[in-house]
Amino acid sequence: MTTKTMITDATTAEIWEEHDIAGNQSLGFWLYLMSDLVLFGAIFATYAVLGHNYAGGPTGRELFNLPMVFAETLLLLVSSATFGLVMIYMHQGKRDWVLGWMAVTFLLGLGFVVMEVHEFHTLISEGNGPDRSAFLSAFFTLVGTHGAHVASGLIWMAVMFVQVIGKGFTLPVQSRLMRLSMFWHFLDIVWVAVFTIVYLMSFV
Amino acid sequence: MFGKLSLEAIPYHDPIVMLAVIGSIALGLVIMGLISYFHKWHYLWTEWLTSLDHKKIGIMYIILALVMMLRGLSDAVMLRSQQAIAMGSAGYLPPDHFNQVFSAHGTMMIIFVAMPFLTGLVNIVVPLQLGARDVAYPFLNSISFWLTASGAMLVMVSLGVGEFSKAGWSGYAPLTELQYSPGTGVDYWLWSLQIAGIGSLLTSVNFLVTILKMRAPGMTLMRMPIFVWTTLCTSVLMLFSFPVLTVALAMVTLDRYLGMHFFSNDFGGNMMMYANLFWIWGHPEVYIVVLPAFGIYSEVSATFSSKRLFGYTSMVYATAAIMVLSFSVWVHHFFTMGASPNVNIFFGITTMIIAVPTGVKIFNWLFTMYRGRVRFTTPMLWTLGFITTFAIGGMTGVLLAAPPADFVLHNSLFLVAHFHNVLIPGALFGYLAGYAYWFPKAIGFALDEKWGRRSFWSWIIGFYLAFIPLYILGFMGMPRRMAHYDNPAWQPLLIIAAAGTMLIMFGVLCQIIQLVVSIRARHSHRDLTGDLWDGRTLEWATASPPPVYNFATVPVVHDIDAFTDMKEKGTAYTRPDHFEDIHMPKNSACGLISGMLTLVFGFAMIWYIWWLAIASALGMLITIIIRANDDESHYTIPAAEVEAMENKRLHDMLAAAGTAR
Repeated sequence: MTTKTMITDATTAEIWEEHDIAGNQSLGFWLYLMSDLVLFGAIFATYAVLGHNYAGGPTGRELFNLPMVFAETLLLLVSSATFGLVMIYMHQGKRDWVLGWMAVTFLLGLGFVVMEVHEFHTLISEGNGPDRSAFLSAFFTLVGTHGAHVASGLIWMAVMFVQVIGKGFTLPVQSRLMRLSMFWHFLDIVWVAVFTIVYLMSFV
Repeated sequence: MFGKLSLEAIPYHDPIVMLAVIGSIALGLVIMGLISYFHKWHYLWTEWLTSLDHKKIGIMYIILALVMMLRGLSDAVMLRSQQAIAMGSAGYLPPDHFNQVFSAHGTMMIIFVAMPFLTGLVNIVVPLQLGARDVAYPFLNSISFWLTASGAMLVMVSLGVGEFSKAGWSGYAPLTELQYSPGTGVDYWLWSLQIAGIGSLLTSVNFLVTILKMRAPGMTLMRMPIFVWTTLCTSVLMLFSFPVLTVALAMVTLDRYLGMHFFSNDFGGNMMMYANLFWIWGHPEVYIVVLPAFGIYSEVSATFSSKRLFGYTSMVYATAAIMVLSFSVWVHHFFTMGASPNVNIFFGITTMIIAVPTGVKIFNWLFTMYRGRVRFTTPMLWTLGFITTFAIGGMTGVLLAAPPADFVLHNSLFLVAHFHNVLIPGALFGYLAGYAYWFPKAIGFALDEKWGRRSFWSWIIGFYLAFIPLYILGFMGMPRRMAHYDNPAWQPLLIIAAAGTMLIMFGVLCQIIQLVVSIRARHSHRDLTGDLWDGRTLEWATASPPPVYNFATVPVVHDIDAFTDMKEKGTAYTRPDHFEDIHMPKNSACGLISGMLTLVFGFAMIWYIWWLAIASALGMLITIIIRANDDESHYTIPAAEVEAMENKRLHDMLAAAGTAR
């Protein structure tokens, strides 16, 4: 066998080598979000089936405090906008602005979680916990799953504080912020559906 | 302190279980002793347990699947022998134990045999067929594996500590509710499935990105090998169906742990909601395990007929059609739910339609062989056995798809015969074909053909003996899952079925012997060419076993059968001018650690040991955060080292060619 040059197209091979790692990561994250959407879809479907099975217990209209939930909604929607600012300042490389707006986002998200925990606590202490009826089981699970997602988003954000301060805007840090932003907006969209289907519809 | 756990959880009053437990522990100790004796712990740790190499992770997946298959098969032998003797008597398995055995058999065969086997083959082969150096997320791959392994270990633990579920592998509510299954069995089932399911979901993300983003230059979607296509479609199915399983299991968990009412009889629960959620995952799952096997049959029949696959495009479209349709048939698992006839007709018709693309595939394989120079190697025998046997299983499936027929046959042994008749040839035979086909590629030497053929014939004859009687028994009205019965007309057929199972057991024994014989003869069976079968796709273009970086230079693809095309143009074995540094992922113990912490977490949740559950969950979180802070996760193989390795390969190949001449 002779040592001939392999027929390689240098440019395409280089493109292959230079595979955009951040691009791969965000595609993977999109796929994960799609599967998470299916997860929420299955819980929504269950809520749609069980949502009127009150088993003699209270209905949503009797339990929900709409102004409170509206305030919760505003907190989350505004936090999505402030995270948008985080991304804009990240692209401009302004570290302090990024940290500042991320802190605002974190506090808004934390406020949302605290209000939700308060709502759950009130319901349970009044004897309307998830074991009261199938409707309440589905309600606590759907809203709670969303809340758990927001809480993990907060943990992720805390880790990103440390990384932005410690590592600066390296490519991996930028890529992680990008994915956190996708996650955060995604939770916002899911919440819009929760607010509409769970809270508003129970007053129709 | 220890929740519900006490010494009474160990079933020492049951000799059969204790024998199995002592046997497993003894075997484990012997293996650990051997590793210590040969000082292999360090090797095991650095080369395997912490490896992020997709080929090694793939091999570990397959070892896991084979070990679990031995346990699933022992369960099958117990079930069949019990039914063979339990006419008018209690047999040797009390109903309590019998129910655990059939639940464990189903759970293990689907979740811990079929899933790891196919994931292992996909791991080894797909990056090689794509001309890629690794998967998109090597670390995630390791996490997926260790989650699957910890789910499997949880099932094994249930043997010796507590019990396994008695509610069947599908765990229908409300039997799985705390009220009706107060023991820990259902909890073992819940957590082992949940943990392994998350592993599968992560695998699907990994392979979707790998396939979509990391193909060699020139490999358009319509030039991908069929196995890659089937992996792509299987990954889509996993991505969209596993979250539904997660939800269904989580709701059963909430019912049991927090007293919720999703699937309970009272307080507004709806048990049919569980059946719907479970099968919205469960039916795509059938195609998740079957499609990769279809891919393997395509590769094998093309290679061993020395012909291009007949109807590549139609094969791709058929695969995609199955992928889409598989989400529209789930109600056929419970036509007797009480839905209106119109609903049942819809799902009956979609079920019949899905047989059409499957039929297209059968004809493609037949026409691939037609006028080919067929070499009857072991992988080819499995393929032929599949085509004939699967056709029968497919036809009984179309029969069951008619709701009126299903009303008569559902929950009978006819159904059991049907799904074994599609899943054993449709999935397992394919994996065994893939195992024999790619073994030389992954390990470096070929498997012994003689014992392979013996295994095949034992399997296929055993299969017909074991399952054709079940069809007849179904027509005779025998329900599934009976611990004992009093109809003497059933017994002769059940004895034949038990004999068939023994023959299958012998087939598996042949495979174990095959492995031992091949390892002992490894020097004479060694594959130095890297292309033992005259292969057609890129995995055969590199050495056997492939170097850690798979390809020294990235191949350029001009054809569907990329490697055949290179061989025809004479570019297959050319040595590149210069070599470049290659970046590969470093080992990481984080996958192993988080997998083991998940195992502890699952165990703690099953036994209500809350402090341990919290501690292990925190441990997982910290492990992941530590890993996420590590941006130095790659190392570089210098060009000179790559060159040395490639030179050695060329030298070995020339030497081998010299001997052959």
